Amino acid sequence: MSILDKTAAELGAAIKNGEVTVMQAVEASLSRIEESESLYNCYVTVDREGALAKAREIQKKIDQGILTGPLAGVPAAIKDNLCTRGLLTTCSSRILGNFVPAYSAQAVLNLERAGAVILGKTNMDEFAMGSTTETSAFGETKNPWNPGHVPGGSSGGSAAAVAAGECFYALGSDTGGSIRQPASFCGVVGMKPTYGTVSRYGLIAYGSSLDQIGPLCKDVRDCATIMEILASHDPKDSTSIKRDDTDFTGALVEDVKGLRIGIPGDYFGEGLDLEVKEAVLGAAKVLEERGALVEEFDLSLVEYAIPAYYTIAAAEASSNLERFDGIKYGYRTESYRGLHNMYKKSRSEGFGPEVKRRIMLGSFVLSSGYYDAYYLKALRVKALIKKAFDNAFAKYDMILGPVAPTTAPRLGESLSDPIKMYLGDIYTISVNLAGLPGLSVPCGIDSRGLPIGLQLIGDCFQEKKLIRAAYTYEKARGKFAGSMEHAGGRASGGKAGSDAGKEA
Amino acid sequence: MANIISDETIEYVGILAKLELTDEEKEQAKKDMGSMLDYIDKLGELDTRGVEPMSHVFPVNNVFREDVVTNGDEREAILKNAPEEKNGMFAVPRTFE
Amino acid sequence: MEKQYETVIGLEVHVELATKTKIFCGCSTAFGGEPNTHTCPVCTGMPGSLPVLNKRVLEYAVAVGLATNCEITQYCKFDRKNYFYPDNPQNYQISQLYLPICRNGKVEIETENGKKLVGIHEIHMEEDAGKLIHDEWDDCSLVDYNRSGVPLIEIVSEPDMRSAQEVIAYLEKLRMTIQYLGASDCKLQEGSMRADVNLSVREAGEERFGTRTEMKNLNSFKAIARAIEGERERQIDLLEAGQKVIQETRRWDDAKGESYAMRSKEDAQDYRYFPDPDLVPVVLDQAFLDEVRAKQPEFREDKMARYRREFDLPDYDIDIITASKRMADLFEATVALGAQPKKVSNWLMVETLRLLKEKEMDPEDIRFSPEHLAKLISLADSKAVNSSVAKEVFEEMFESDIDPEKYVEEKGLKTVNDESALRRAVEKVIADNPQSVTDYRGGKEKAIGFLVGQTMKAMKGKADPGMVNQLLKELL
Repeated sequence: MSILDKTAAELGAAIKNGEVTVMQAVEASLSRIEESESLYNCYVTVDREGALAKAREIQKKIDQGILTGPLAGVPAAIKDNLCTRGLLTTCSSRILGNFVPAYSAQAVLNLERAGAVILGKTNMDEFAMGSTTETSAFGETKNPWNPGHVPGGSSGGSAAAVAAGECFYALGSDTGGSIRQPASFCGVVGMKPTYGTVSRYGLIAYGSSLDQIGPLCKDVRDCATIMEILASHDPKDSTSIKRDDTDFTGALVEDVKGLRIGIPGDYFGEGLDLEVKEAVLGAAKVLEERGALVEEFDLSLVEYAIPAYYTIAAAEASSNLERFDGIKYGYRTESYRGLHNMYKKSRSEGFGPEVKRRIMLGSFVLSSGYYDAYYLKALRVKALIKKAFDNAFAKYDMILGPVAPTTAPRLGESLSDPIKMYLGDIYTISVNLAGLPGLSVPCGIDSRGLPIGLQLIGDCFQEKKLIRAAYTYEKARGKFAGSMEHAGGRASGGKAGSDAGKEA
Repeated sequence: MANIISDETIEYVGILAKLELTDEEKEQAKKDMGSMLDYIDKLGELDTRGVEPMSHVFPVNNVFREDVVTNGDEREAILKNAPEEKNGMFAVPRTFE
Repeated sequence: MEKQYETVIGLEVHVELATKTKIFCGCSTAFGGEPNTHTCPVCTGMPGSLPVLNKRVLEYAVAVGLATNCEITQYCKFDRKNYFYPDNPQNYQISQLYLPICRNGKVEIETENGKKLVGIHEIHMEEDAGKLIHDEWDDCSLVDYNRSGVPLIEIVSEPDMRSAQEVIAYLEKLRMTIQYLGASDCKLQEGSMRADVNLSVREAGEERFGTRTEMKNLNSFKAIARAIEGERERQIDLLEAGQKVIQETRRWDDAKGESYAMRSKEDAQDYRYFPDPDLVPVVLDQAFLDEVRAKQPEFREDKMARYRREFDLPDYDIDIITASKRMADLFEATVALGAQPKKVSNWLMVETLRLLKEKEMDPEDIRFSPEHLAKLISLADSKAVNSSVAKEVFEEMFESDIDPEKYVEEKGLKTVNDESALRRAVEKVIADNPQSVTDYRGGKEKAIGFLVGQTMKAMKGKADPGMVNQLLKELL
């Protein structure tokens, strides 16, 4: 098995027992990046020098017994909305095109403390606003399964990098599905933890009450391992929660006997692609065969999640993005007449159209006269949605459903109809509204050769149940079609899509 | 489209958000915002009387820090990305009272 | 017949709290400091930074609320006030609109017509903005974020005041209350207390309020009084001329004695307040409030009553000493060291006040310690130094808090009590000044003064004038 085919945990173990050196792992990743970046464009910044230097440093520490964690020496990529000290952090936006933070996000610090080697910053939808990574100011990222298709968004770069073997795992952020959906489109595992589990300090905010950081990786074991490192209580983040149940790897057990799984009937209506439906229900069957109790139910309020989400997210974003004004950092327009003109021109030139659209909407729903009707109303609906989930979790241990109504769309097809694009978030968005944990695990390939993801949603703080179920499913499913080998084949210019067989 | 967004509204929102749109962008913004608001109007279908607006999902309260100085002189780092700087301060176009 | 107009005034007072650190980050609030040396990613609005509330700010805010008879909002939140300006690093200010920490309080003031209650509408916590400096050379402005994030409480009164005197009385009462709590030093000139005046006029007897204007840039009590008079006149003139008062914000120029409308900041003034999602609610239980209440110091009225009982000082003295908490503390500490209350009181009321006035200092800035004051009083009592030496030593103590005992030793200022030495000096003076001697013997009582003076001079001021006087009389 080549180095790049290993999962992060497998690589960590191999490094630990000396089979592989950190330098070998890093060089392998960097070579892969060199080969395939021009095709996929997963990264905004590749920190070759930094990674190589870090490799030497980490190897020493491992040899000295200072770093003993399961992922020490494993190369990872970081979504470009997470601050990394000394490394360009752009949110894939012109307005931060030259921003180099002097501090790192807590999540990044946690990884570094565990011995991660950071390869670079991955591409995303600008300021995390989007579902296809097409709104990036630095070009689209292509889906490694079929470069004519999107990788999903907004953590498209991270998902694609994992799928293409350009890193062993990556960090993403999820505000409305931005980890789970690209994970699903790129055939990798992605998780959004319970709100407050991972510190948001250093995550450049989009929707503060919805944002969470999580991993994109090759399998559920990796997911649990990375999550254990990420989860911590941070006194610098007032919304960070103290948890003493973050030993997620303890849940890597194949056992779903008696697990009550609810399938929302309202998730399986019109608009859901038939192949996706079949693959997801097929996965449910697999779990049922292993002892889970699967039942259909009505979640309700599903169609209200999207308008509530967009109202809240846009409102918070419009405020969070006010700080980008050309004064303290970032882009300042070249010529201007006076202060307010400088603000307007810098922001209008620095932000892309989708960002501007959401800022306008957000400012509007908060403006005088509309605050009650829109913003407060959305917050009330949010309370109702949370209640609907509470009712569901009184009966079920978890909810199972699709991640997205379709597999990855073709490039260039989504941005022209924003509302249609927003509708694609229908299964993921309410999870953010309710602050719940959600996990996406690959469960099939469609007839076009594009991956399909299965979503498991848990009650707050119930990541372990999700991990257990996902792990069990993954073991039962077996190797996902063309995961590692195909990544190798594609990257060397092999034919995409047609190589992928249908997965059982 | 039930929500017709006027030019004045786009102007107004542009001032609030400090965004300057071209005429073309303004037209598009009117359309986009109109259809978004139509979609958001859907929320009106739900009876939310007696429901408190929920800002935070969990009842976490009273997160504080102690009144102890923990930061020192970080000026260099703070000014590092400044588009324009003078005498240790951020330079901006002239402001008026 | 001339119309009578009534002035209706409400105040918005911002007070900088005396915490060591800023409201949402661990940067120092110390005054001075090179620009941007008390900053961090949080108070400069760096991407990804997050606020965390300073507990002390909450304690001070609640303390002020309790001291002004407010209801404490036991479930309160922070809201973002969104507007673009360079001194505001995030282009939103974290404040409280919907659920301010205190509401519905009242403050009693003394007016020429007796006691009056001024209502407090609300008190809320918020963060201060940075400082803008205008650079003439390059025609730009420069931003210093040292002050950004310094904690403020804003005290909004009801429009209950009717004259400049009432406004000053209210401000003085607030200031004393807050100083007594130690929550702030409330110095208008330094900006730790800022007052904006909302003023309207209406015809006497009219129920409805007139249109009000807001006035800023009032840096002293005198300026406030002048601004109130000026604005009242301006509004009356407008109304008399049949014009309307425009609701606007005006800047007072004390040098010119007039105000002018402030340029609009090209803002629609629509702040789009919404609860800050980065901060969690503050929930206060009765135990917390009781704890804050227990920590509250003795307020002035109680202190005055206690001084009457304990120290048997005249009301006049008590009034002056308790006018400043610093001075009262100094008084009590010095008495506790054994000095006689009346003597301490004299030193404070006479010499200390004189020097404070001369040097234009506030009582808060007194430098000498109670230990040193007690020592000085002891030296004077025991006649180790005479009264003019004592005054001289006091001035040194006031200036640099020197230890009076050491100082007297070093400079050799002790009164010479050796009678024989004194006698010799007196004899010499008598011998040297025959004319005065004759004058005195001839009935001019005042001539002895001259001789006393000469003796003091000869003794380099280190004699006890009383004893000199006695000796002269004896020898003449």
